[in-house]
Amino acid sequence: MNFETTIGLEVHIELKTNSKIFSPSPVAYGADPNANTNVIDWGYPGVLPTTNKGVVADGIIAALALHATVEQHTHFDRKNYFYPDNPKAYQITQSDKPIGHDGWVEVDVDGVKKKIGIAEMHIEEDAGKNTHERDYSYVDLNRQGTPLIEIVSKPDIASPAEAYAYLEALRQRIQFTGISDVKMEEGSMRVDVNISVRPVGQKKFGTKTELKNLNSFNYVQRGLEYEEKRQQQVLMSGGSVQQETRRFDEKTGETILMRVKAGSDDYRYFPEPDLPALNISDDWIKELGDAMPEMPGKRRERYVNDLGLTDYDAMVITQTKEMSDFFDATVALKADPKMAANYLQGDVNAYLNEKQVDLQATKLTPANLAGMINLISDGTISSKMAKKVFKAITNGEEPKAYVEAHGLVQLSDPAKLQPIIDDVLSANPQSIEDFNNGKKRAVGFLVGQIMKQTHGQANPQVVNQLLMKALQK
Amino acid sequence: MNYFDKDLAGLHADLVAKKISAKELTQATFDNIKATDPQIDAFLNLNEEAALNQAAEIDQQGINANQPLAGIPVGLKDNIVTKGLTTTAASKILENFKPVYDATVTEKLANAQMITVGKTNLDEFAMGGSTENSAFKTTKNAWDQTKVPGGSSGGSAAAVASGQVPVALGSDTGGSIRQPAAFNGIVGIKPTYGRVSRWGLIAFGSSLDQIGPMTRSVKDNATVLSAIAGHDDHDLTSSTQAVPDFAADLNDATSVKGMRIGLPKEFLAEGVNEDVKAAILAAADTYRKLGATVDEVSLPHNKYGVAAYYIIASSEASSNLQRFDGIRYGYRAKDVKNLEDVYVKSRSEGFGEEVKRRIMLGTFSLSAGFYDAYFLKAAKVRTVIINDFKAVLKDHDFIMGPVAPTPAFGIGDEIKDPITMYMNDVLTIPVNLAGLPGLSLPAGFSNNLPVGMQLIGRPFDESTLYKAGYAFEQNTDFHLQVPTLGGQN
Repeated sequence: MNFETTIGLEVHIELKTNSKIFSPSPVAYGADPNANTNVIDWGYPGVLPTTNKGVVADGIIAALALHATVEQHTHFDRKNYFYPDNPKAYQITQSDKPIGHDGWVEVDVDGVKKKIGIAEMHIEEDAGKNTHERDYSYVDLNRQGTPLIEIVSKPDIASPAEAYAYLEALRQRIQFTGISDVKMEEGSMRVDVNISVRPVGQKKFGTKTELKNLNSFNYVQRGLEYEEKRQQQVLMSGGSVQQETRRFDEKTGETILMRVKAGSDDYRYFPEPDLPALNISDDWIKELGDAMPEMPGKRRERYVNDLGLTDYDAMVITQTKEMSDFFDATVALKADPKMAANYLQGDVNAYLNEKQVDLQATKLTPANLAGMINLISDGTISSKMAKKVFKAITNGEEPKAYVEAHGLVQLSDPAKLQPIIDDVLSANPQSIEDFNNGKKRAVGFLVGQIMKQTHGQANPQVVNQLLMKALQK
Repeated sequence: MNYFDKDLAGLHADLVAKKISAKELTQATFDNIKATDPQIDAFLNLNEEAALNQAAEIDQQGINANQPLAGIPVGLKDNIVTKGLTTTAASKILENFKPVYDATVTEKLANAQMITVGKTNLDEFAMGGSTENSAFKTTKNAWDQTKVPGGSSGGSAAAVASGQVPVALGSDTGGSIRQPAAFNGIVGIKPTYGRVSRWGLIAFGSSLDQIGPMTRSVKDNATVLSAIAGHDDHDLTSSTQAVPDFAADLNDATSVKGMRIGLPKEFLAEGVNEDVKAAILAAADTYRKLGATVDEVSLPHNKYGVAAYYIIASSEASSNLQRFDGIRYGYRAKDVKNLEDVYVKSRSEGFGEEVKRRIMLGTFSLSAGFYDAYFLKAAKVRTVIINDFKAVLKDHDFIMGPVAPTPAFGIGDEIKDPITMYMNDVLTIPVNLAGLPGLSLPAGFSNNLPVGMQLIGRPFDESTLYKAGYAFEQNTDFHLQVPTLGGQN
């Protein structure tokens, strides 16, 4: 039997605002429990929410970034349920008219391009956090009211690899807008997954299961791969898939039954009466759209078509907006684009990995990287010397000043090199003889001697030219 | 002392002239409340120490002649939060609850240098029309202590009517200011939705709730509304409309001349007591004599108001009251084994019968499969009712009618019969659904019990209601009648 797979993803993205979505409390991490809260976050009697306009703007930006239609006449709804981390016992969210709908992102799986639809995206508040100890449970409401955007995919994702690619595309586009850090490891991007399989040709979707504990894109893909196979085996052995929630085990790569879903929860959604409806003007949408940074797809095209990068280089450079912006700024300072791309993918990425930091947290600047690349291009320093200079620019040093201060300037002046070459030749008659006898290796030896005499500062190309001229005399 | 003889302007003049100090006035107020409250049970909680300190401070600063409310005592319905002063909403679930912040109206009254003397009784969470649903005590009608004071702002109404305080604030979701004002022969206004900030009002029906003043005269009412109204950054449903000095316009007893008044035939239909009907028809004649036109008009969908209201208000309440879960504040049941127990037992033990009834009604109305037939349908009815009012108010300056179909009923008479109790609100509820201002003022008596008249205006046109109310007052003497209460100074 052949099967087809349908995957649905609900992605929660935490927005990078200064204050919460419905209260003026700060959004910040690492504070003492309940330090970043006020009466609104406590769900205190008599309090009312007020809408953070910045969150609505971010919702519009997300919709634009994901090619969605902005719902201009929208409102908030209440989702009712009891839980200690949910102080009002309702979450203010959007159910009836999400701020964005019918969007898409393009993914590329093994060279095959595909558009994956986004059903809707809505803005809502996050809940607090419960922690449990032996005799007590504690509630920390610092996270309560942190703004979120939830993005719901259409049932277009047909394989775990597509799910991975979709998440990557989503992450990249949102990251470029700057509204969120979109980091799964820090919880600013969270993914809920459901998957069903059905025999090819069957109209009705199969029964879906939900997967939990998927804490990286890799785990999402692996969990889905396991679950896809498991469901196929259940169906092939004549069984039926149960509607249930399963937990992904990072160690074994398997999914384990958590709970069977009996019916659906009734959240009794209704329009939030404490907040006026939102009327989003054309002007506002245009203003936000105009201010939006160039998206990664556009940048990749530009890098390949205008700057001559390879598809792969362009893809790596556009992983984050910071890297791409850094690249653009470096190129704008006349650095060779290919060299800039190589340094960013090579030395810079290695440095970031070693230090476990983001680019913006380092002392590297486009001016200094461009400065270094330009020194290489004009022959002032060799790529070998550049290793030292790179280290210096990671410490924030200006490359030209560093090169001068440390005497790293490459010796390229033939008038200065010629006497040294002459000296080396007269000191090594054997090598000249070897060369004349066809032993090309002798050249290498002689270059080495010249480099030694110049403490490595001689420009190898110039040395080669002059040496060959002298030998062939 | 009681407040039968002097209005706010008179009290202010006495304070400015130092005939009495704010502290003396406040002390006398407490003395009187202590003497009279055993008979009417208007107050849940007194703020004696802080109030006397505040009064002394105001005396020390000197009464500002431009601060018409300075040094004058006020009572607050106990669903309005007061920092450090117990606020219960008359519910066991908030017994001993001391808020850490002030409602916007509490703050505004403090800025106007009014002195909050205490918190008045109400139906639990403002759900009811008789104040019999209070978890703590049943307030009595100031005119007859065997009768209910109305509700849910029964404590505020009885306190003002019995002369305990010159002003009290109430809240009105379906008639909770206007009906008790009518039952006690005083003046109460439910302002336009959005006129007064709801920040710090313990929510019942969020799209309907409004805070308003309850006073002995129209002018007093207008003075206090100007002090508490206005946009508030804490409440996005509060309006940015400018707040007029409502009282400043009240000096012409014939200002209704040339006005067109609508008298809906549905407001005098079956079920309305004959004395009430007669009082309203007499009031219509008074207005005609003053040069106004009174037309019979129709609000054809008025009869659907009660049903729509009990669905909408209960739905909102079922959600609003979920926060009382025993986790962060308020009552928590003992002997709980797990989380579900904390919720179920705390709420079962903490809420009273009527509150539970409405939570169930609202929860049902919002449930999957019933939402369209109940909540959504009610919301549509609401739109139809709004349009009824719009049509009439297009060519009428305001609408007049009774506040309630009957005068105050007996304590215990209706409490076992929720539907009869709900029908008391048939004439006030549509005004909340439409978000319009409604003024209740004394217009007669029936067997020595006050009868109230309701004036309903265009959105944010409280001015016209006050002018019409003032004109009526100047040409009648119903508001000058006072109850006799044993034990009064």
